[in-house]
Formats: sequence, structure tokens, C-alpha cells
Amino acid sequence: MFGKFDKYAAPENFYLLSCKVVPWFAWACVLLTISGLAGGLFWSPPDYQQGESVRIIYIHVPSAWMSIFIYMVMASAGFVGFVWKVKIADAIARASAPLGASFTFLALATGSLWGKPMWGTWWVWDARLTSELILLFLYLGYMALQSAIEDRRMAAHAGAILAMIGVVNIPIIHYSVEWWSTLHQGATVSKMDAPSIHVSMLIPLLLMAFSFKCFYASMVLVRARSEILMSERNSSWASKLALKRDSQNA
Amino acid sequence: MHTNPLYNVFTTMLKRDLFFGMRRSSELANSLIFFLIVVTMFPFVLGTEPALLRDIYPGVIWVAALLSVTMSLDRMFNSDFEDGTLEQMLLSQHPTTFIVMAKVVAHWLLTGVPLIIASMFLGVIFGLSYESLQAILVTLLLGTPVLSLVGSAATALTVGLRGGAMLLPLIILPLYIPLLIFSVAAVNNASQGLGFTGEIYFISAILVLTITLAPFATVLSLRIRFG
Repeated sequence: MFGKFDKYAAPENFYLLSCKVVPWFAWACVLLTISGLAGGLFWSPPDYQQGESVRIIYIHVPSAWMSIFIYMVMASAGFVGFVWKVKIADAIARASAPLGASFTFLALATGSLWGKPMWGTWWVWDARLTSELILLFLYLGYMALQSAIEDRRMAAHAGAILAMIGVVNIPIIHYSVEWWSTLHQGATVSKMDAPSIHVSMLIPLLLMAFSFKCFYASMVLVRARSEILMSERNSSWASKLALKRDSQNA
Repeated sequence: MHTNPLYNVFTTMLKRDLFFGMRRSSELANSLIFFLIVVTMFPFVLGTEPALLRDIYPGVIWVAALLSVTMSLDRMFNSDFEDGTLEQMLLSQHPTTFIVMAKVVAHWLLTGVPLIIASMFLGVIFGLSYESLQAILVTLLLGTPVLSLVGSAATALTVGLRGGAMLLPLIILPLYIPLLIFSVAAVNNASQGLGFTGEIYFISAILVLTITLAPFATVLSLRIRFG
């Protein structure tokens, strides 16, 4: 098993493998999105309290899940890249950051759009909102650090350290913010208590969650591929590949 | 006389950093003046109502301390990085963790301790209660080492980078949030006559965690910076 892993951990093989895999993820994403959105927008019932605006959860909840999932992928990839010097892990970590930041932003933006009609305000200093915002800051700090270091290898390893510090901190931040928020504003918004969600809403939600996962998988592979090409631009396989593309286009 | 070589590395390094720090006393004064100016800004924004100021003062002190420590962090490694001393330290046979710990302690003594003393004075002048002052003292005593420790790891990542001055706060301020929450909660509880042992336990836990992990993160970061 490790033999196979070693084989695909070589940048060239990873590049070729990802070329084959990306279309599968992309098509799965398209199909899942169509079915999930159809289920969410047409077949699931409006909520008896929230009306039609509940339908934003089919975007909001999966992106919130993705925001933390991608951070974990980023930190683990960074760890693997740092400890075992696996180049593709570095590339995946670096490629993940903007995607994770986008999902975090999407979760915040859709939450805000939902909050305006429901809570009557765009923003409240609720625990979940606040820790999601801090997560966005962590992503942005990671990206800022990566872009400030020109040497790609050093940037990847520095980013890995920062992401690991972040992983240690995320639970602490999450619980301290939760504690702070309950301390300060007790019973302002009691939201979504006991969300025993109905099957007609759960299925589209899960479909959308899987579609987001597939979207991330395809996008991170595409981005990681260009990261690898950038860092391997002086190697023979990369120039061979470029020449092949050129002759195909000519 | 101590003959333990680790102890010698630590004390030599600590003495050296304290000596250099005292030599550049204007830099030390700057971070203290910065702290005072930030504290002074708040009445302009929020008004001069004494009751209000008493309520917000713990938060103001903590925010000012965070900013002041953050601004002073680049002192920890920057000059040693620029003249190449830092690289020699990493290459030396002595364990880097002890060198880093000595630098962190020196930074805390030169930055954290003056901040604590200054905030005590300000607290008395602004008429805080004895309980609040006590809470501010304890939270700052336990909290400012955390600022230096976490700061050392982030500073090591950004040392010598172009635009590092702006990058460092960007990376570090989100990491300080839990400490800020617990410290301000402790002081608020104290000012209302409530106990704040729970918060102190949390801050102590954070301190223990950072003492354990931050030096290693700092050493790793420095090694990465030197390739």
C-alpha cells in the first residue's frame, strides 16, 4: 500500500493522476449540486417558522462544514509535507487555503443574509458567528504568510507551522468564544433549538454537503497541479509536458 | 556555583538580551509610551463619563497591552537576525530551546513587567476598586508571558520578511483572543465583587500549554526561516 502511495507522491505521477481524477469529481459535483438544489429549492417544504428563507441552509451549512474541514486538511497536509517532505502535500496545503477562506466567507455571508430577515440584523456577536469570523482571520493570516515568503519550500513549511498552531488554538478559541458569548448575552437569540431535521430537508442537505466536498476535491487538485508545475518548472517532466501541450495546440 | 551547561546557556543568553535591551532604552520607552497613548485614545472615542471608563478600563488595558506587546515583538529576533547572530546561535552546539526561552523571558522582563507596573498606576489614577486592581495584576502577570511566548513563535515565522511589520499582528492577534476573553471576564467579575478563580485557572492552563509548546514551535520556525 505504501508502495503505491510513494508512487503517487512523486509530483509527476500525482500530476497525471489528478488529470484523470478531476473530471470525475467535477461531474459528481455538478450532478450532486443539481439534485441537491432541486431537492432543497423545490421538493423540501418551507419551514413552519422560518418560511422560505430556511432554504439558504442548503448552502450555508455545507459551507460552514467545509470551512473547518478544509482547515483540518490544510493543517494535516502541512504536517505531512513538513515531517516527510512530501511536495504534493505542500502543494495541497497551499492550494487549500483560498478555497477554505472562500467557504468560510460564504458561510458568513449566507448566515448574514439569513440573519437579516430572521434576527432582524446582519450581524450579532453570537458564539458561532464569532468563531467562524476568527477562522476566516486564521485563513487570511496563513495566506498572508505564504505570500510574504518567496521561497516556496520555506513558505510551505512556515505555513505548516502556523496551521498547526491554529489547530491547537481552534478548539480553545471556539470554546472560549462560546463561553464568552453565553456569559455576555444569555438569552438573546435562541436559535435552532433541537434541530430534529426532517428527512425531506436532510437529504438535500447531505447531497449539497457531498457536492461541496467534490467541488473542493476537484478545485484543490486543479490548484495543486498548478502549484506543482510552478515549483517543478525546472524539472524535465514539466518541460516535456509543456512541449507536448505546445505541439498539441500548434 | 551552577555547573549545569543548560543553565549556563540560559543565563548567559538572558543576561546578554537584558543588557542589549537596557542599552536600547529608548525602544523600551517607546513601547510603554505607545501603551499609554492607546489607553488615552479611548476616552476621546467613548466619552469621559467616569462610571463608563471604570467599566471599560480592564478591556482597554488589555487591548493596549496586546497591541504594545505585538509592536515590540520584532525586537526579539530582528537585530540578531540582521547581523547574523541568530544563525550562529542556531548552529551552535547548545540546545536552541533554551536560547529561545531565554530570549522570551528577556522580552517579558523588558516589555511585560513595565506594562504591568504602568497599568497598576493607571488603575489607581482612574479610581478602580481594589478587587479590580488585584484581578488586573493577576491576569497580566499570568497573561503577558503568554503574549511573549505565542508571540515568539509568530515572530520567528516572520523574522526578516518584507512587510513583516504588518504581517505579524495579522497572524498573531486572532491567537490572543481566548486570553483576552478570560482576562477581561476575570476583571469584570472582580469589579462586580464576584470570584474569578475559574478564569484564573483557564489563563493558567493556557500559560502552561504555551510554555510547553511555544518554544518548540519557535525553534522549528527559526530552523525553517534559515532553511
